[in-house]
Amino acid sequence: MEIRKKKFSSEKVIPYMILTLIGVLFLLPLLWVILASIDPNAKVSLQLPEKASMSNFQSVVSDPANQRAFVIGLLLSGGQAFLTVIVAGLAAYPLSRYQLKYKKPFMYTVLFMTALPITAVMVPVYQLFIILKLQDSLWGTMLFLSAAALPYAIWMMKNYMDAVSVELEESAWVDGASVFTGLRKVVAPLMLPGLFTVAIFTFTASWGNFFVPYILIQSPEKLPASVTIYQFFGQYGMVEYGKLAAFSLIYTIPPVVLYIFSQRFMSEGFSMGGASKG
Amino acid sequence: MNARLQNTKSAAKMSGASFNKNRNNSSLRAIFFLLPSWILLLIFFVGPILLTFYFAFTNMSLTGAAAQNVEFVGFQNFTSMFADPNFRLSVMKTIVFLIFSAVVGQQVLGFIIAILMRERNRAFRRVIGMIVLAGWVTPEIVVAFTFFAFLNDQGTLNSIIGMIGIEPITWLYTFPMVSVIIANVWHGTAFSMLVFQSALDNIPKSVEEAAVIDGASRWQRLWKITVPMIKGQIVTNMILVTLQTLGVFTLIYALTGGGPGMDTQTLPIYMYNQAFVNYQLGYGTAISLVMLLIGVTASVLYIRALKVKI
Repeated sequence: MEIRKKKFSSEKVIPYMILTLIGVLFLLPLLWVILASIDPNAKVSLQLPEKASMSNFQSVVSDPANQRAFVIGLLLSGGQAFLTVIVAGLAAYPLSRYQLKYKKPFMYTVLFMTALPITAVMVPVYQLFIILKLQDSLWGTMLFLSAAALPYAIWMMKNYMDAVSVELEESAWVDGASVFTGLRKVVAPLMLPGLFTVAIFTFTASWGNFFVPYILIQSPEKLPASVTIYQFFGQYGMVEYGKLAAFSLIYTIPPVVLYIFSQRFMSEGFSMGGASKG
Repeated sequence: MNARLQNTKSAAKMSGASFNKNRNNSSLRAIFFLLPSWILLLIFFVGPILLTFYFAFTNMSLTGAAAQNVEFVGFQNFTSMFADPNFRLSVMKTIVFLIFSAVVGQQVLGFIIAILMRERNRAFRRVIGMIVLAGWVTPEIVVAFTFFAFLNDQGTLNSIIGMIGIEPITWLYTFPMVSVIIANVWHGTAFSMLVFQSALDNIPKSVEEAAVIDGASRWQRLWKITVPMIKGQIVTNMILVTLQTLGVFTLIYALTGGGPGMDTQTLPIYMYNQAFVNYQLGYGTAISLVMLLIGVTASVLYIRALKVKI
């Protein structure tokens, strides 16, 4: 093997060259965002800032409308992630622990739902919100986003729960704990990485979701960051390039931080067959 | 009592009393645990799907008389849809977008990256992996702005091709479909890369080593061993990525708005325009139904290809 490798050194160099090229091509679009964000006189063309400053970030962050949009976005996505984890965790318990007649059809339905594109049903969802008088309601939007995330969350949660042994739970029962206490005090702590993974995926997906709040929320003061950033682009995008870039970077921070955080738990998540939905 | 403890072995170890307690209550308890998810899924997931089937056959409008008095119009939305040249154009645009963005772009590029990354230097893999992942972590709307600037007349891409003497190209106007495809490939490739990396990691080393000893060339090993061994993941990833790409709205809406003209008007954009710009909710829902049926078909294929045990 050693001789082979030395003989075909070009075979070793070419993959590095191709991968470096791909890496550079992937990096290029980001370059503008980063340079423009620290350039008070940013233009649409790529240029080194004459004087780097944080003024773009400052003006985006200090705008009360943006602050409100970020808080709404955090509450909407945070609330939705929390609700999804609780509801999916409860649902996963009997699916993991009991033999239910309807388990198989239900799990297939759940798996089926994970693959269905939500975009396809947004027009009827809007009609549903009119019927239920939920239009322009952040609570309604949160419930819808939770329901949309549930199939994936239930699927993942059941897999994580399957990995927690029943025996620990049983000893808690023998000590007089109820099934619910067992779930809360024994099972949940043991599957904490799984809970975090599901919460992070759910949060990230809804934080980045523009279409759902764009359709369901009308009042400007209720809009989350995903929609206000689009409006900012429409109003000032062609002039205030630096601020747009800064706004984009701030808006991208939560998913990036959470992604890095989730890396610790990710390795299991991806080998888990079906519901590895981005 | 159709519910029993799954693990009968450990159940037998339990005291008789608590075993019986679990036996008698578990069916009811299961429903109690499942109820919140059923309610949410029924109202907000199944509900809209059922409404699709109803409203697609009505003349519902966002404003005017048809907003108040919704009438059943039978297949009228569908007959006008199939006669609508814009709808057919939109279907064609969607197919082009799906093939080049999902199948060719993300799948093939993701596979190439994953296969080239094997046996490379660890630090190098990490850096390249992180760069590709950056596109995936970036929210769709930011991807749109990023490429709006990148592909602009005075943007980064034109500066680069200018260095080798090529005249600037108005990418977003001259090649709008290519533009949205490039942006979506940039955003989505990491997903396929991750799927293929984990699939490739699961191939036993011995299989490929045996092929090397047998004198198989690099290409032979790739096509005769590696690809067939991860065929399952290729199929499921293909369907999943196609479904995700079918649902892409934000990226195209913010980057080109479906334009110029109708050049990038895929089905989600067309649906949105008909329902919320032209106020034809009924007609928009009919387009919704078409997308839903495509989605349902692909999802069924996906589940069958997965071959999961439940």
